[in-house]
Amino acid sequence: MGYDINLIFKIIGIGILVGVAHYVLKNSGKEDYAVIATLGGLGIVLIWVVQLLGGFFDQVRSVFKLF
Amino acid sequence: MEIMQIVGLGIVAAVLAVTIRHNKPEMAMLLSIATGIILFMLVLGKIGSVIDVLRDLASRANLNMVYLGTILKIVAIAYIADFGAQICRDAGEGAVASKIEFAAKVLILVLAVPIMIAVLQSLLKLVP
Repeated sequence: MGYDINLIFKIIGIGILVGVAHYVLKNSGKEDYAVIATLGGLGIVLIWVVQLLGGFFDQVRSVFKLF
Repeated sequence: MEIMQIVGLGIVAAVLAVTIRHNKPEMAMLLSIATGIILFMLVLGKIGSVIDVLRDLASRANLNMVYLGTILKIVAIAYIADFGAQICRDAGEGAVASKIEFAAKVLILVLAVPIMIAVLQSLLKLVP
């Protein structure tokens, strides 16, 4: 498989990590930090997914020979 | 047997997404997007070889390549729009998904207009 299956495991890892951080921070009374942790994790994963999506669109463009 | 890899990847990703959907639904959605893109990329090479065969056949039949290019563009728009609309629908945004499908229909209609004009012109040539 030529494509990075590792990305899926990285996403799930960040998800679990952020979930635990959210739980811990919320239980220790720092709700605002919990929100910031969630947003940070979401941003990181979103950047990865958007890069993957860009590569995907480029590949579609080259396969269908568009533009 | 690529299908084994594809099914395995899909099942693993589905299990992971169900695991995390409980407390981080947005991560589950991003995971499903990444899985969909990776699966699509695995199959895209095969689509490319089929398209090369189609192109070869079209050039052998002395077809106008503009029409084949338009059809391929329409197929690509349909694939990508379907992909995006299904992701939006999975995330519970049915309205956005409907708009994506509407936009795809409009773009396909715009691309199909020259072919319709060509058909009408050849009809007019037939009718004296």
